[in-house]
Amino acid sequence: MNIPLIMFLAFVGLTLLITFWAAKKNTGASAYFAAGRSITGWQNGLAVAGDYMSAASFLGISGMIYVAGYDGFMYSVGFLVAYITVLLIVAEPLRNAGKYTMADLLAYRLKPRPVRALASLSTLVVSTFYMIAQMVGAGAIIKQLIGINFESAVIGVGVLMLVYVVFGGMLATTWVQIIKALLLMVGAIMLSYLVLQFHHFSFTEFFNAVAHADYGGSAEPKNLMEPGLKFGVAVAGPWGPIDLISLCLGLVLGTAGLPHILVRFYTVPDAKTARSSVVWAMAIIGAFYIMTTLFGFGAATIIEKALLTTDGKLDVNMVAPILAKVLGGEFFFAFISAVAFATILAVVAGLTMSASASFAHDFYSNVIHHGKANRPGQEIRVARITAFCVGAASIAFAIYLGPTVNAAFLVGLAFSVAASANLPVIVLSVFWKRFNTSGAVVGLAVGLVASIVLILLSPSGIYGKEGAPFPLSNPGIVSIPIGFIAAWLGTILTPRDLEAEAKFAELKVRAHTGLGSEKATAH
Amino acid sequence: MSEKSSVNWAEIEAKPEFRALLAKKKAFIVPVFVFCMFYYLALPVLVGYCPEMMKTKVWGEVNVAYVFALSQFIVAWVVAFLYVRVAAKWDKSAAALIHGH
Repeated sequence: MNIPLIMFLAFVGLTLLITFWAAKKNTGASAYFAAGRSITGWQNGLAVAGDYMSAASFLGISGMIYVAGYDGFMYSVGFLVAYITVLLIVAEPLRNAGKYTMADLLAYRLKPRPVRALASLSTLVVSTFYMIAQMVGAGAIIKQLIGINFESAVIGVGVLMLVYVVFGGMLATTWVQIIKALLLMVGAIMLSYLVLQFHHFSFTEFFNAVAHADYGGSAEPKNLMEPGLKFGVAVAGPWGPIDLISLCLGLVLGTAGLPHILVRFYTVPDAKTARSSVVWAMAIIGAFYIMTTLFGFGAATIIEKALLTTDGKLDVNMVAPILAKVLGGEFFFAFISAVAFATILAVVAGLTMSASASFAHDFYSNVIHHGKANRPGQEIRVARITAFCVGAASIAFAIYLGPTVNAAFLVGLAFSVAASANLPVIVLSVFWKRFNTSGAVVGLAVGLVASIVLILLSPSGIYGKEGAPFPLSNPGIVSIPIGFIAAWLGTILTPRDLEAEAKFAELKVRAHTGLGSEKATAH
Repeated sequence: MSEKSSVNWAEIEAKPEFRALLAKKKAFIVPVFVFCMFYYLALPVLVGYCPEMMKTKVWGEVNVAYVFALSQFIVAWVVAFLYVRVAAKWDKSAAALIHGH
C-alpha cells in the first residue's frame, strides 16, 4: 500500500467524521445553509481562504509561474487585490440585507421571481466553471498518485464530495475548509522553505537562478522574472497586453461576484464579523500567494520538464506536488498531494453547497413556490438533490475536457463571468435608487451571455487558436462594461418601479446599519 | 422582510445622523476604492505597454515589475487595515442612531 493513499484515506476519514458531527447538528435551514451563523471571524477568514486557495491557486498558479514566470504571478496578485472590492463594497451590505444566498440581496426590493431565477442560473454557471477546474485538478493528482485513470479519479472525487454536501451541509463544508486551509499553509511554508534551502537561503541566488531558469538543466535558460512570456506582444501579438488587462479586470472584480465566496459571509453572526473575516482571509491568502512565487519560480529552477510530461504532454497542474517529491521525497509528495486533494474536495463541496442552496432557496422555494412555507425540510431536500445533479454534471464536463487544461485558466473564466453578470447587479441594487427589476434581469442575462459567448469565440473556445473571431482569452474588458451598461439601460429604458424605489430607504438602512439582519441561531 | 412593520425605515433614512454617516462612508470608500483600482490596473497597463521600463532591474535580478507587483499586496493590506479602523467608528455611529430612535 502506498503512502499517499494512506494519507488520503486518513484525511478523508477525518473529514467524514466532521461531516457526521455536522449532520447531527443540522437542524433547520439556517444550520444547513448558513452553519447557524455561528462561525467566528478568524474561522470564517480561514474558511474563505480555504475556499479560495483551490486547485487553481495551488496547482494552477504554480504551473503558470513554472511555464510563464512573471505573467503567471499576475494571477496571484489579482486574486488578492480582489478582496478590496469585497471588503469595501460588498461583504457588509450582503450580510446585513440577505439570508442565505446572493439573490437574497438582489431580490430585496426587486420582484423576486425573475431576479432569483436569473441569479440562480448565474450562480450555477459560475460554480460549474469553477468546479470543472477543480475536478480537472483532482483527476490529474489522483491519476498520478494512485495510478487509476483520469475518469475514475474524477468520479471518485465527485462521490466523496456529494457525501459531504448531502449529509453535512454548510457546517461540515466550513470546517473542512478551515482544516484544509491550515494544512495548505503548512504545506506551502514547507515547500517555500525547501526551495530556499535548495538555493542556500540566499535570495540573491534564488532570483539569479530564476532569471536564468533552465528547468533543472533540461532547457535553454529563460528569464522568468521578466513580464511578457505569456501576454507580451512578442508572444501573444498586439492583443496580448489587452488580454492581460482583461484578465486583471476580471480577477479584481470577480471575487465580489462569486456566489460561493459571498455565501460564506452569511455564516457569521453579523456584518462586523464578516468584515474581520475578510481581513483574516486577506492576510492568509496574501501570504500564500507571495509564497507561490517562491515555489512557482523555484520549481522552474529545479524540475526538469520531463518529470512533468506524460504521453508527450506537459501536466501543468502537477508542478507543486512534483516539486515536493523532488525536494522532500515520497513522504512530502504524499503530504502535498493529500493537501492538494483535500483542497479540491473542500472547494468542490463549497461550490456544490452554494449552487444547490441557490437552486433550492432561490429557484425552488421562491420562484416555483412563491416563497410560501413548505413542508419542513423540503427546501433542504431539494438542495441535496440539486447537489447530486450539479456534481454529476461537473464530473461529466471535467472528463470531457481532460487533464491538460490549466485549472487557473478555467477559474479565471469563472471570475470573468461573475464580474460581468453578478457584480454590476449587486452594486447597482445596493447603491442606485432608480435600479429596477428589468435592469437586474437584463444585467444578469446580458452579462452571462456576453461573457460566455466571448469565451466560446475566443482562442480557447470552439474555434481554436487560429480561427477565433474574438482575440482575447479573457473576456472581462469587454463583458464587464457590457454587463454594467445592460443593467443601466435595462433600468432607464423601462418604467420606474416606484415600489422598488420606495423600498430603497429600507435597504439602505439595513445595509449600512445592520438593523433587522438575520441573527445567529442557537444549535 | 418580516419584522419590517415595527421599524419606520423612512424615518431612520431621513435622519440627519444617518445621512451624515452615509456621507462619511462615501467620503472614504469612493476615493480609496478608485485609488486601489487605478493602482492595481496600472500594473497590467505598464507591464504591457512599457515593458522595457518594467524590466529595469532595481536589486540584483529583481526588477521594477516584480517590486510593483509585491507592492500591490502591501497596498491591499494597508487599505484593509485602514478600513477596519474607520469602519469601527462607523459601527458606533450606526449603533447610536439605531438606539437613539
